Amino acid sequence: MSVSSPAAARAPGHGARVSLLRKRADRLGDRGIFAICLLAALLATGTIVLVGYQIVHGAMPAIDKFGLGFVTDTTWQPNFGRFGAGVLLFGTAVTSGFALLLGGPIAIAIGLFLTLLAPKSLAAVVGPLVELLAAIPSVILGFWGLVVLAPFLQEHVEPFLHDSFGFIPIFGEPQTTGLSVFTASLILTIMVIPIIASISRDLFRSVPPELQDGAAALGATRWEVVRGIVLPTTTNGVVAACILGLGRALGEAIAVSQVIGAGSEITSNLFAPGSTLAAQIALQFPGALTELHKASLFYCGVILLVIGLLANLAAGWIGRRFSYGGAVNW
Amino acid sequence: MSGALIPDPTAPLTPSGNLRRRQLVSRSAEIAATGAAVLALAALAWVLWTVVSRGAPVVSLDFIFKGYPEGVGPMLLGTLAIAVYATLIAMPVGVLVALYISEYSGARGARALKLILDLLNGLPSIILGLFAFIFIVAPQQKQTAFAGAVALAIIELPLIARGSQEVLQLVPKHLREASDALGVARWRTVLSVILPSALGGIVTSTVLAVARAAGETAPLILTTSSGDVKSFSINPFEALPNVPTWIFKVSEEGSETGYAEAWGMSLVLVFIILVTSLGARALLARSKRKLSSS
Repeated sequence: MSVSSPAAARAPGHGARVSLLRKRADRLGDRGIFAICLLAALLATGTIVLVGYQIVHGAMPAIDKFGLGFVTDTTWQPNFGRFGAGVLLFGTAVTSGFALLLGGPIAIAIGLFLTLLAPKSLAAVVGPLVELLAAIPSVILGFWGLVVLAPFLQEHVEPFLHDSFGFIPIFGEPQTTGLSVFTASLILTIMVIPIIASISRDLFRSVPPELQDGAAALGATRWEVVRGIVLPTTTNGVVAACILGLGRALGEAIAVSQVIGAGSEITSNLFAPGSTLAAQIALQFPGALTELHKASLFYCGVILLVIGLLANLAAGWIGRRFSYGGAVNW
Repeated sequence: MSGALIPDPTAPLTPSGNLRRRQLVSRSAEIAATGAAVLALAALAWVLWTVVSRGAPVVSLDFIFKGYPEGVGPMLLGTLAIAVYATLIAMPVGVLVALYISEYSGARGARALKLILDLLNGLPSIILGLFAFIFIVAPQQKQTAFAGAVALAIIELPLIARGSQEVLQLVPKHLREASDALGVARWRTVLSVILPSALGGIVTSTVLAVARAAGETAPLILTTSSGDVKSFSINPFEALPNVPTWIFKVSEEGSETGYAEAWGMSLVLVFIILVTSLGARALLARSKRKLSSS
């Protein structure tokens, strides 16, 4: 912005023209940059609408044929053109529910460890390492689950659980491969831990220290500070974090399809193979021959999309008072 | 008579009764929390150790740079190409959305847009694969790397936009005000003051998004799972071989030589992803600190 250019000094009229031109350019620039920013924002908004539309569009033949009964029907027989998502929905619920039940408490405990227990220098190392778990590609985690974890569980863990707690139906007879709902759940547990842990760590950091110090000064032990101050002030955020983790577990296709063993029955035995909505798409879509088969997999996608969007909306709604993005407020 | 009220001066100074119980509970809670952290680190160590110990014997220069079956160069190149195309699509849109949120939309618009970005971020990646399939692959009747790149771009978009927007919001107010006071037009301020000071953060956010997208498999098995594994290509309008779908294919087939190659590829991919995301994280933290302190 050279205010006093030599040209302006020589000819006043010329200078006025220049500034008029600049004004015009500025107006154009202002509008232009606003317009492309707006365009980008509309594009992002349009994308989600388009994705939703296209998925429903792809599912249309199956929706027409099976209607809402698809959701609860438990037959999935591509050769006979009969499809229902009941088994898949059950498998999805069991694997993600298990992952959340096991991973949630562990992740919250890690959050507490990082904020309240670990010295700063240790937390600065452990925190990023836990987040690194989320950076491992799901296909590699699934491959590890297939080659290393599944045989290990099949040899050591599953027989032990079956022998000691076999009277509970979920710990049934182990299979020979180790590919099971149990293995898939453990892989999902590994995937949800970093998500919930990093959000709850940020939450716990936001708890006012004067409250904690006050409780400690009144003689509360560390656990009582957590129980009485830290957890109650962050309940909303922690629940929201768990729902986000659940959403991640529900939608994971690759790692689950690698270790769940592609079963097609509803069983209470965790050690039996199963399948989930997302895993079924990953496993069967590339080889799907009939239009109806593809459309049915798209229908699974619709169910997944609806559950996923609801989970995210719920998490946003519950955790509205807290921004899990970090230092920035909503 | 008063003997019961006066504490025994020779009693040891350790808590007893209720206090002892409370301290025990607290102590076990501490141990449990530490145990949880150790458990997560153990899982990470186990996975990484497996990848390194089984991948390292396979990886060599030939493995990285030669075509199949001597090496897996085409898959690595394909993964790189798809990630670059995805970023070319996602980065401009993401940065512009971030600019819109930080400069133009009001508080309400910002909230709505952030919600939309969060919803995009929460979409299961297999859904984006289905989307790219029916939107791009099905009409053309063939798999293309471009279709995969579009799906990955949708994964990267919310990450880039949210990351950039957080950095843009940290640009100090006084910089804008100084620019305004000099009579600088808004767009010049945006281009010459705001964007440059946030550039570091924007670039590192993008790198993080790329690291996340590079390992995504679900969209690619529906859009670019085939491809010539013998020759090197970066043509976006044909199916490109890539690391994630190859590992997925191998794990479905279950052959021993295939496993060895897959471990080698896992090692290369994990190494690249971990190094870039750790580096980008450190740089991002630094540029955020710099912005907040200035």
